[in-house]
Amino acid sequence: MSLHGRDLVSIRDLSREEIEQLLESARKMIPFAEGTKVAKPLAEKIVAMAFFEPSTRTRLSFEAAVLRLGGRCITIADAGATSMRKGESLYDTIRMLSSYADAIVIRHPNEGAARLAARASERPVINAGDGAGQHPTQTLLDLATMQEAFGTLTGLKVVLLGDLKYGRTVHSLAYALAQFGSELVLCSPPALRLPEDHREELRHLGARLTVEEDVKRAVGDADVLYVTRVQKERFSDEDEYRAVAGSYRVDSRLLAGAKPRLIVMHPLPRAGEVAPEVDATPHAAYFRQAFLAVPVRMALLNEVLGSPRRGG
Amino acid sequence: MPVRELKITPIKNGTVIDHITNGLALDVLRIIGVQRLDKDSTVSVALHVRSGKLGWKDIVKVENMELTSRTVNAIALIAPTATISIIRDYKVREKRTVDLPPRIMGILRCPNPNCVSNLPEPVESEFEVSERRPVVLKCAFCERRVDDFLRHLA
Repeated sequence: MSLHGRDLVSIRDLSREEIEQLLESARKMIPFAEGTKVAKPLAEKIVAMAFFEPSTRTRLSFEAAVLRLGGRCITIADAGATSMRKGESLYDTIRMLSSYADAIVIRHPNEGAARLAARASERPVINAGDGAGQHPTQTLLDLATMQEAFGTLTGLKVVLLGDLKYGRTVHSLAYALAQFGSELVLCSPPALRLPEDHREELRHLGARLTVEEDVKRAVGDADVLYVTRVQKERFSDEDEYRAVAGSYRVDSRLLAGAKPRLIVMHPLPRAGEVAPEVDATPHAAYFRQAFLAVPVRMALLNEVLGSPRRGG
Repeated sequence: MPVRELKITPIKNGTVIDHITNGLALDVLRIIGVQRLDKDSTVSVALHVRSGKLGWKDIVKVENMELTSRTVNAIALIAPTATISIIRDYKVREKRTVDLPPRIMGILRCPNPNCVSNLPEPVESEFEVSERRPVVLKCAFCERRVDDFLRHLA
């Protein structure tokens, strides 16, 4: 089992053992991500950041991860400034880029773009989000956050709250958690329920699934409350959006009935779903989650680009 | 008194697609692309024919045409019970059942309008067969599940 030289397009590309191995490597990377220890396994390596869609956290944490490992980045941060504006295909753009770098990290507004890039590229491709599709490194850092808080991923009761229909992070996360035997509670407005084909896949994996529309009841005995942003553009009516968004607000009143060890997670940016007053409580895990992006992406880049493991 | 039967005339050269699921002959014709046929070819369609095996079935006969494997794969998607006979000089030279391959290339469009395979990129659409009974496909690019093939023929 080795990730050396491999693409990571979907969380489905990783076995449970490979996920566990990455989370273990990420844990060891924390002091290097904080800068208290230094190692340069990616010295002389170039990683291309091909961002065809705006991103703050994902791009900066990937760049930080490369730099912390001693590598260097070349970056497309604005697709409008590339030859794609002249009509060059994504395929050709990536093919060209793969001759300049040792690996490519791609974000693109179209679903399946990372899979296409992986076919075009002669070097490993890491998906940093393709449209409403996959965002596997987000899932890895979500899992890392839960594992750090509870020491395990098995048997956790995880409430997925908010937009479960369009939110790409929840689809991959639910898939991964199902493999670890977590109990999933789906909590969303009726219009934003997890699509049936996803539910069927989760059941197929043996996941314990329940649907609970009442947030208070859902939070009752949960270990993790994973909140996603309800996107305004999904609603035709502004009042309807406000009513839905308001009913899923996480604040101290809601958390008063929660387990003391419950953690609140959010892929950020938040738009009012989690009240700022939660930041000061021991429940708030979202800033830790944002930090863990760096060691998790370091662990992945190191596995993909560093020296191959012996016997791997 | 003998019963008069109206039969489809035999063809000299071409293909007979038999045991098509009742009601799907016109969709099979759509897949074959009859508009692309030789203008002198005759196409015969029999709908709702008694069948010992299926109860009722449809039959399509196309003169002067042998199907490509791509077309056969597409027929397998919508009519898995179909059999295909290649006729040469009025005789059945080859008879086979349709078989669904593990990957379906180029026949369908991904129903996800935001899928990269719907952009002008130098790639064919591609689906993996993720379930066989009933057939469910998964887009090799965006992972969208597809089970309503007729609506998404390319």
